[in-house]
Amino acid sequence: MPAFWHWFIVAGTVVFVIWCVWLIQWAGKQGPQNVADDEVVGHRWDGDLEEWNNPAPKWWLYLYFITIIWAVGYMIAYPGLGNFDGLLGWSQEGQYEQEMQYAAERYEPIYERFAGMPFAELSQQADALKLGESLYASYCTTCHGSDARGAAGYPNLTDDDWLWGNTEADITATIRHGRNGVMPVLAPALGGDAGIDNMVAYVRSLSGLSPADADAMSAKPMFVALCSACHTAEGTGNKLFGAPNLTDDIWLYGSSEAMIRSTITEGRSGIMPAHGELLGDNRSKILAAYIASLSKNQ
Amino acid sequence: MRHDTIEKSVNLMIVLIIVAISIGGLIEIVPLMISSDANEPAENIEPYPPLRLAGRDIYVREGCYNCHSQMIRPFRSETERYGPYLTAGETVYDRPFQFGSKRTGPDLARVGGRYSDDWQRLHLTDPRALVPESNMPAYPWLTDNMVDGELITKKLRTLQFLGDPYTDEQIAGAAAAVEGKSEMDALIAYLQELGTNRKNRR
Repeated sequence: MPAFWHWFIVAGTVVFVIWCVWLIQWAGKQGPQNVADDEVVGHRWDGDLEEWNNPAPKWWLYLYFITIIWAVGYMIAYPGLGNFDGLLGWSQEGQYEQEMQYAAERYEPIYERFAGMPFAELSQQADALKLGESLYASYCTTCHGSDARGAAGYPNLTDDDWLWGNTEADITATIRHGRNGVMPVLAPALGGDAGIDNMVAYVRSLSGLSPADADAMSAKPMFVALCSACHTAEGTGNKLFGAPNLTDDIWLYGSSEAMIRSTITEGRSGIMPAHGELLGDNRSKILAAYIASLSKNQ
Repeated sequence: MRHDTIEKSVNLMIVLIIVAISIGGLIEIVPLMISSDANEPAENIEPYPPLRLAGRDIYVREGCYNCHSQMIRPFRSETERYGPYLTAGETVYDRPFQFGSKRTGPDLARVGGRYSDDWQRLHLTDPRALVPESNMPAYPWLTDNMVDGELITKKLRTLQFLGDPYTDEQIAGAAAAVEGKSEMDALIAYLQELGTNRKNRR
């Protein structure tokens, strides 16, 4: 703070405190003179309104003095007078750093102990899973749901179907670096509405949702040409691209004809944001173990 | 001057009351308004680009500040959840700032990038599709309303007049920058960069 404003604050504060002392002194002398307590002062308004001399109790007056003394003590001990840091050396940042350091000393060893364990063991550890559960509640529920069953476009974590894999490396990579599952817009290559309808029917027939009739099968060569790069020719998906398995009954965006149609005509971009910076290595691993354990419980 | 004199003159009493209650403001607020400490933009803080400015005004119009704060205080319990605490230099281009005073929903000061654009879009249109236990209202009309390019140009010009360092080119390009954008696009653009000026997210 520039020197001028420093002295502006110091002078303003000190003068105001002194003025408060003076004000009490001055006001104390302003009461009715020569009138005993509980006597009528002698003023009379509106014919019958009279003013009585009822001084406030003495302890009330002392409270004023105590607040003034408190203010002076506070100004000396804590920062308040411009650039003056206060004799106690307290600062908001300092208190925050202290709090963070205390927490680091207290909690980091717990995270470190768990992070040192093998992954398989970690997902059996009740204490570690409890930590993982609270991390999940803080960071994951808004998309994957508090029951971890996900929402349309946000994967269910409790089933045993994994878009990007469920090894330690897979899950921690998903958490730390995020994922982007892209389904391109493929409708233009399908040759109009009938082509799209046939493709929808074929995709649904892969999991037995609709019959593999002639219309559906007519889209198979197109599926192999267009879709197999990510979903494989059989439609079983590829964890390298996060491409869903189309032959099971688990659907990320929904299995209705309308939903599959909009996936094909509008494309999809499923984004899992990166959490590595927010969580750090140890917490990422514990959280990954918790998430791995969710599907084992099923 | 006697006590009676003040008591019996309403005008004098008004003047003296104003003087007495102004002193706190003069000493606590005026130095911060004038000195550079609170007015220097923090690192990477720039005036809002047109689309984000439009989004910010929608944030204000819809009253988001009634339930969401943008003020992470220097306590571990807050920084663990929301990210680094907010500093004065980060809100120099906020007129008015969106500190808020109540958290029915979470703090949003560093929400940028925490969720995907699609998530924000669906969540603003139908919060319960994603968070069943949420009590946030839905804002589906944002998708239908378009951002007014002429109005945003006027707003930039006003902010430039008030001292925000907008260049004339930025103002000239403002209408084009929001061309064809819905209010939803603008609000998401605003939200997705909240607090992303900081390199460290912890």
